[in-house]
Amino acid sequence: MMGCWILNESLSIILVLSWLGVNLYLFIDTFCWYEEEESFLYTRVILGSTLAWARASAVCLNFNCMLILLPISRNLLSLMRGTSSCFRGPWRRQLDKNLKFHKLVAYGIAMNATIHILAHLCNLEYYHWSQSPEAEGLVAALSKLGNAPDETYLNPIRTFHTNTITELLRTVAGITGLLISLALILIMTSSTEFIRQASYELFWYTHHVFIIFFIGLAIHGAGRIVRGQTAESLLLHNVTFCREHLAEWQTAARCPVPQFSGKEPSAWKWVLGPVVLYACERILRFWRFQQEVVITKVVSHPSGVLELHMKKRDFKMAPGQYVLIQCPSISSLEWHPFTLTSAPQEDFFSVHIRAAGDWTEALCKAFGADGQALKEPWSLPRLAVDGPFGAALTDVFHYPVSMCIATGIGVTPFAALLKSIWYQCCESQTQWKLSKVYFYWICRDPGAFEWFADLLLSLETRMSEQGKTHFLSYHIFLTGWDENQAFHIALHWDENTDVITGLRQKTFYGRPNWNHEFRQVAYSHPSSNIGVFFCGPKALSKIIQRMCRLYSSADPRGIHFHYNRESF
Amino acid sequence: MGQIEWAMWANEQALASGLILITGGIVATAGQFAQWYLGAYSMYPPAAHPSFRAAGVLICLLEYPRGKRSKGSTMERCGQKYLTRAVKVFGPLTSNYYIRAFLHLGLSVPAGFLLATILGTACLAIASSIYLLAAIHGEQWTPIETKPKERPQVGGTIKQPPSNPPPRPPAEARKKPSEEEVAGVPVGGPQENPMPVTDEVV
Repeated sequence: MMGCWILNESLSIILVLSWLGVNLYLFIDTFCWYEEEESFLYTRVILGSTLAWARASAVCLNFNCMLILLPISRNLLSLMRGTSSCFRGPWRRQLDKNLKFHKLVAYGIAMNATIHILAHLCNLEYYHWSQSPEAEGLVAALSKLGNAPDETYLNPIRTFHTNTITELLRTVAGITGLLISLALILIMTSSTEFIRQASYELFWYTHHVFIIFFIGLAIHGAGRIVRGQTAESLLLHNVTFCREHLAEWQTAARCPVPQFSGKEPSAWKWVLGPVVLYACERILRFWRFQQEVVITKVVSHPSGVLELHMKKRDFKMAPGQYVLIQCPSISSLEWHPFTLTSAPQEDFFSVHIRAAGDWTEALCKAFGADGQALKEPWSLPRLAVDGPFGAALTDVFHYPVSMCIATGIGVTPFAALLKSIWYQCCESQTQWKLSKVYFYWICRDPGAFEWFADLLLSLETRMSEQGKTHFLSYHIFLTGWDENQAFHIALHWDENTDVITGLRQKTFYGRPNWNHEFRQVAYSHPSSNIGVFFCGPKALSKIIQRMCRLYSSADPRGIHFHYNRESF
Repeated sequence: MGQIEWAMWANEQALASGLILITGGIVATAGQFAQWYLGAYSMYPPAAHPSFRAAGVLICLLEYPRGKRSKGSTMERCGQKYLTRAVKVFGPLTSNYYIRAFLHLGLSVPAGFLLATILGTACLAIASSIYLLAAIHGEQWTPIETKPKERPQVGGTIKQPPSNPPPRPPAEARKKPSEEEVAGVPVGGPQENPMPVTDEVV
């Protein structure tokens, strides 16, 4: 298990380093090849090492453009998660970091594009200059090649009396290069966090300029202006000798005029696969969007929480997963993630949506949650659901004792889990490995979660009916209150049920003392493996991790706390 | 595109263009010392090349401070408040987006004749057209003012020392005696408890 933990933490780092490693390998390998390759010796005479810089960055660009479409193919990733034999545990969690990888590859593209553009700018100027009357010797001779009828040219710029900008715009590579660079810059300036938060639509629409990007990329090399000596010419024309004996080129048999040919475009070979995959992805998304989602129940909870029960064909979920919901009548572009709060055993799936922003407020209003008259079922807006995505919480069942810690809204994945426990408790009589669940919920504003308190209440009742009162031990911590509430609480201190939640276990006030909690759990379960699951802010995550390490004993037969990261 | 303020995107685009222009200017100058510079044949004399860098720097300085959004909060760029002060000085020259659009267009044209800066031209032209769009929508640049830090008044909430001995009722009940004092009704006599207090003797 310790090895698992190390793997969890460092798998991301390993993947990033591998990506970087492949980039560096491709860059350096291509660079050295172009610097040393004989067939490009004459090209190097004119261009110097900017040829190698341009080509090396081009290969890295090919590699990164191939990768960039893969992390955002959501359905492909779901497919990979589904084939659980290959993708267990830590690998599955990496799939949840797809957007970060997409951004990383984008930065890689930006950097390589900069190198590529600068190098080719220099190349164009070099080619132009080598046609000038001041150019001498080998450079001049090479540039003049192609003027006679049986010669192939090396220098794409044929005369000095022209403008490099005109030359740029006369080549396929130049025009497509300019277009691609503009597309890339537009995509990047509209993808900053500021713009994404302000107007997601601008970001999304502008991002579709990637279509122009990929088309331009595919035809960018069609002009074949990166030219090297042909293989046959190399056999006849010994470059090492002939470069020193320029005067003998036309006359001696040893140095026939060298022939050149352009390099074939190769970018399309790299990107064809991912482009096809992504096209399939978009088609699949559209098809899923058309799939019917039936809304079976709408519950409007106080403090602006909307509960939706929905049904969709072939929908299978596990506790802890989330879905993306779209409401075309509000916004045709926005898909918002919501954790599923229903158990897999139920024949519907549900989400709890809190009105916390424009889209959610509009949704609550459309479903009549703002206190207006009840809506007819046929007048409810249509919803589209994509998913489920994300890693499941099923690891909870693999430990004899589990501690689940949630803060605020982070309680939602645990709602699904607790419901699942509830069902399994009622139905199956099989003995589980799991025998005790400690549940901690730290919350500032209890009002928003009275729906969760209901769930706990029904769980409490059910457990006591089944005689398993000691299975679930939950502790709720309220960390924010005002004076009126404090007054009210003090007044009802001695009653049987808690004044805030109505549950039999009383709410605690203030933050939990983790040392105390962990010590108690360690004392009650001296030699078990305890799984700790957390969903909440990073600061608390660090504290819990520290506690896990502190209270795990060095003895392999003693108690061990296994911390599971919260990326579900 | 409901809440988008076009100026936000124009600002990002213009800042990027400024950086590209600076890079292009540096490459052009580097070319002076490489083989390809030929004074008599190139479009611009070498003395003109630093002006592209200067134009790029000017654009970056102008665009770095983000303008305030008309709705919602704006994320400031790191350290922008110094430049905000400088940009604010120019008044309508910098807050009007028509002027900015034409300035960017004007700066982009000369860069279009030099290969190293042609990308800068294209980007700046796009930024200029987005600013024009912003100006047509009536947007303008307003500086983000930093609110002066409110010093917590030490002792400001303590109005007067309590006049009754403990047990004292909570603040809401406490307010009443001070209002009564203001009204001129004397407070004195036995403690009036707002709710019945029983002595629990166990």
